[in-house]
Amino acid sequence: MGNQAVQLDELISQDYRHGFYTPMEVDALPHGLSEDVIRMISAKKKEPEFMLEWRLKAFRHWLTMTEPHWATVRHPPIDYQDIVYYSAPRSQQDGPQSLADVDPELLRTYEKLGVPLHERELLAGVAVDAVFDSVSVATTFKAKLGELGIIFCSFSEAVQNHPDLVRQYLGSVVPYTDNFFATLNSAVFSDGSFCYIPPGVRCPMELSTYFRINAKNTGQFERTLIIADRGAYVSYLEGCTAPMRDENQLHAAVVELIALEGAQIKYSTVQNWYPGDKDGKGGIYNFVTKRGDCREANSKISWTQVETGSAITWKYPSVILQGDNSVGEFHSVALTNHYQQADTGTKMIHLGRNTRSTILSKGISAGHGSNAYRGLVKVAKSAVGARNYTQCDSLLLGDRCAAHTFPYIEVKNASARVEHEASTSRIGEDQLFYCQSRGISAEDAVSLIVSGFCKEVFKQLPMEFAVEAQKLLGVSLEGAIG
Amino acid sequence: MTNGTRGPFVNGVLARFAEEHEGLPGAALPWLRRVRSDAIGRFAELGLPTTRHEDWKYTSVAAIERRAFDTPFDASSNGLAERALARHALDGTHRLVFVDGRYAPGLSRLDTLPAGAQVGSLAAAIAARPDRLEDLFVADDEAPANGFTTLNSALWADGAWIDLAPGVVLDMPIHLLFITTRNDLASFPRNLVRAGAEAGVTLIEHHAGPDDASYFTDAVTRIVLGKGARVAHAKLQQEGRRSFHIAAIHAEQAQDSRFGSHAFAFGGQLARSEIATRLGAEDCEAKLVGLYVGSGRQHIDHHTCIDHAQPRGTSREVYKGVLDGAARAVFNGRVIVRPDAQQTDAQQSNRNLLLSDSAEVDTKPQLEIWADDVKCAHGATVGQLDADQLHYLRSRGIDEAAARSLLIRAFAADTLEGIEHAALRARLESLLPGGLPEAA
Amino acid sequence: MLEIRNLHVTVDDKPILRGLDLTVMAGEVHAIMGPNGSGKSTLAHVLAGREGYVVTAGEILYLGKNLLELAPEERAREGIFLAFQYPVEIPGVANIYLLKAAVNAVRRHRGEQELDAMDFLVLVKEKFRLMDMDESLLYRAVNEGFSGGEKKRNEILQMAVLEPRLAILDETDSGLDIDALKVVANGVEAMRDPDRAIILVTHYQRLLDHIRPDRVHVLAQGRIALSGGPELAQELERRGYGWVEAEAQKMAGAGAQ
Repeated sequence: MGNQAVQLDELISQDYRHGFYTPMEVDALPHGLSEDVIRMISAKKKEPEFMLEWRLKAFRHWLTMTEPHWATVRHPPIDYQDIVYYSAPRSQQDGPQSLADVDPELLRTYEKLGVPLHERELLAGVAVDAVFDSVSVATTFKAKLGELGIIFCSFSEAVQNHPDLVRQYLGSVVPYTDNFFATLNSAVFSDGSFCYIPPGVRCPMELSTYFRINAKNTGQFERTLIIADRGAYVSYLEGCTAPMRDENQLHAAVVELIALEGAQIKYSTVQNWYPGDKDGKGGIYNFVTKRGDCREANSKISWTQVETGSAITWKYPSVILQGDNSVGEFHSVALTNHYQQADTGTKMIHLGRNTRSTILSKGISAGHGSNAYRGLVKVAKSAVGARNYTQCDSLLLGDRCAAHTFPYIEVKNASARVEHEASTSRIGEDQLFYCQSRGISAEDAVSLIVSGFCKEVFKQLPMEFAVEAQKLLGVSLEGAIG
Repeated sequence: MTNGTRGPFVNGVLARFAEEHEGLPGAALPWLRRVRSDAIGRFAELGLPTTRHEDWKYTSVAAIERRAFDTPFDASSNGLAERALARHALDGTHRLVFVDGRYAPGLSRLDTLPAGAQVGSLAAAIAARPDRLEDLFVADDEAPANGFTTLNSALWADGAWIDLAPGVVLDMPIHLLFITTRNDLASFPRNLVRAGAEAGVTLIEHHAGPDDASYFTDAVTRIVLGKGARVAHAKLQQEGRRSFHIAAIHAEQAQDSRFGSHAFAFGGQLARSEIATRLGAEDCEAKLVGLYVGSGRQHIDHHTCIDHAQPRGTSREVYKGVLDGAARAVFNGRVIVRPDAQQTDAQQSNRNLLLSDSAEVDTKPQLEIWADDVKCAHGATVGQLDADQLHYLRSRGIDEAAARSLLIRAFAADTLEGIEHAALRARLESLLPGGLPEAA
Repeated sequence: MLEIRNLHVTVDDKPILRGLDLTVMAGEVHAIMGPNGSGKSTLAHVLAGREGYVVTAGEILYLGKNLLELAPEERAREGIFLAFQYPVEIPGVANIYLLKAAVNAVRRHRGEQELDAMDFLVLVKEKFRLMDMDESLLYRAVNEGFSGGEKKRNEILQMAVLEPRLAILDETDSGLDIDALKVVANGVEAMRDPDRAIILVTHYQRLLDHIRPDRVHVLAQGRIALSGGPELAQELERRGYGWVEAEAQKMAGAGAQ
């Protein structure tokens, strides 16, 4: 025991790799939230009137709402007037026209993060939209995608160049009244990614957004909207990092996915916001609303997430299965170490006939980490022949962590078949000792067991991401046993 | 803070308390007066739960809320109790019968009990030996409560009192039969069971009433198990089809004790049972089994909680439901493993069979685990009869209706496992859905 | 006894059988062979009346009656028995209960007196000995926790108890070791009777080493591509199915023109 404790303790010394801060001249609004702030955000972005109206409606609704407290997470009260709702690198004020216009300081930041924005250096087959604090700083491979009719740009650009699409789909999956954080996002969101795949087009490369919170006391409220038109296919990746700070920072994003007839959207996230230090100080509050709508028949939406960062994660990527024969999937690995808290899961809302959903959730709790799966499988009366299979497994490391499972199953159709299974296991000292006695270090044993535990989820990730995710788990677990 | 609603029901019971509390058992005991008046005060604040409460999300008690149950207790016989007894009596048991919430000595039958076994009416026990009961009531006061259990604390008029000295084991089960005979009547049975160290008993808590009366039962049973005690509790809910039945069974387990609970729910328009046990010391075992069978517009809710508070506890839970017509079932099974409860082994399953397009199930098995050296698993399914099994049986010459009955019965039958008492087992077999099989 | 004419069957809108003709007389044992996916099991399921198998054309006459009009249980009572390739597990229903219910359903149908518990037990125990089965299996749930071999024996046991007119064995030999195969084959051989027909659906020839068929048919492309005597099975064992399939394809091509 003592021996492996020492070994594992040594591992703690490796810090959050993305915790640096890039000094930047920024154009930021003062703290606080009011109609004026929203008007200023909208004006800075030169938005059409309908956007401003939508934001204001959301803001007025938000004022009537109270912060939810039903999740099994605890945090000190958030002062919404102490947050900066807009911050952009000054050099980006007018938005970059091409990569050549991007501030070299920013490019260096992304290189440091391992997200090079020079197209020639990019991994073949991945187009990136990079969001820095409140604005999108670069989108790569735009021209190449344009040839296929694919629109992939920052949300701000989409509002300027494709207002009809934005107007048609914005808020059609997550209405501005949806929940406290989504409503706040609707009022103040500053940028994000927009993607439209035209009918019958299979997007030839992975599309990717890289989110970075840099400025202090800044909330990040980005919004992603992806529309796959009839028969289209797209695979989308999302990554996130932030500097290390003692204060908590709020990230309240909204992601809306719309799949029309026969379309497929695969959305993968590797979330590695700053989790706070080992005593639970600092870190990102990651309160995110992600929802996909299989709006027409034979469509499919898959969520895959690897959640290793953030002090608190509160998100339930969901699928509304409206179209007949549509398919929803949720694959998740959520890891909480030290004092991290995660309350995550999904909702599968079966409305159409013969709709199918699969939920695979792997929670890993270590240290004082707390990990809750919260899921809803709802089969409406109209969902004849609906099927769901859910599997939730928890892995516990150490005797002060917690793992909870709250599956809600609501079935109103007798032809439905819903199955839920959950289990809990642990990495015990005896297992580690056994591995060590066979010459395997405790560190390798933990990573062996953990990666075996997560294998089925990693299989769903695109290759480059899977490797990254695996590495991330290793780093995040350091100091888990001691 | 008032977080419930207030309507004819709440006003009715508050008025009833004001009128009747001087006549309730133990009215002369200061501590019991205080327990009752504290409870009614809390109830006045709480009111009835609403669907905004997480624990009542799927069960609305608005239908109770709208009703005033204002038929006063009347000891005169209307013959219903005798007829019900003839139908519901079980051979080979000690029997305590309660009619409309009050003990009916004429219908009860106690065989010779071993020394150290007290079995009888709670009201009588309060009158005779209040000192032996005080700590139980005070402890109960601290148990988690909702409007219904609180109301029972204020208004209970009778129930069973079972007190077993250490080492006393009853061979015959005790059949607690609660019969309601009158329309618009509310009764608040309260049962207290204390099993001393190494003591053992089997209880059958049985609720029944006529289908044509609309009445309300709000029952609370509290069971305290001493070190090494064994208590098996079987609940048989056969309330009338227009009745409302809300009941709580709370067990508290000492070291090495074993608590077994079977819950069979067949009746009621709106029926809810809360069954909770706390494995409060090391090496406890709990087994919770349930079967709910609903048809018509019945709403049947089970909330269970198995609280592993100390190391090396074992729990097994199996709940099954068969829903036909426009019936709706709710299952919420909570398993808690507290930080010190290392080496807990907890398995839970809930399976539901939907036989009709209008039937509904809401199930929520939940695990809350705060310790790492544990084996916990749960599963829940909702589905219909298996088409392959149905076909297989038909391909052997069994007609479709018979094959369906057979499969329904097979699904439900394993909830009888562990029921050893012959008369009870036979009764339950006759009540299983799917009908009686021809003897093989 | 059984006459199948121009049978077309689709499963999930996919055509599986495409004009199958087959005549089986009482007293005969027929083997239906063919590569995977040729439609062997489909034929077995259609005869038993499994849902999801849609007959789009053709007819099946059994003892002069239109078989397709009968529900699965009516077919069973009329004497058709299918030994399933994958016998279904039915938790909670005792094996003995199923057997008795099945026997008496058939007897009632025939206007015979139902067997009482004693006579039934005598009958079943005798068959258990024949199948070399452990009697404890009688009281276990149908097929639940049975090994692969036990499940297959249990199917043949049911057949022996029910004494069908037409028995169809769907890949009963698959997954059996040589000893179990012999037991199963003996069980089937014991069922040979001038009034009974048996159809063996199998991929391999090895079952036919133990049960000598009167006729062997090869299914390919959803119809019978080749028929012959027992020697055909041996030829298939030597040469495989490739050449039959090639022939069938040629024929199908010629037919299309």
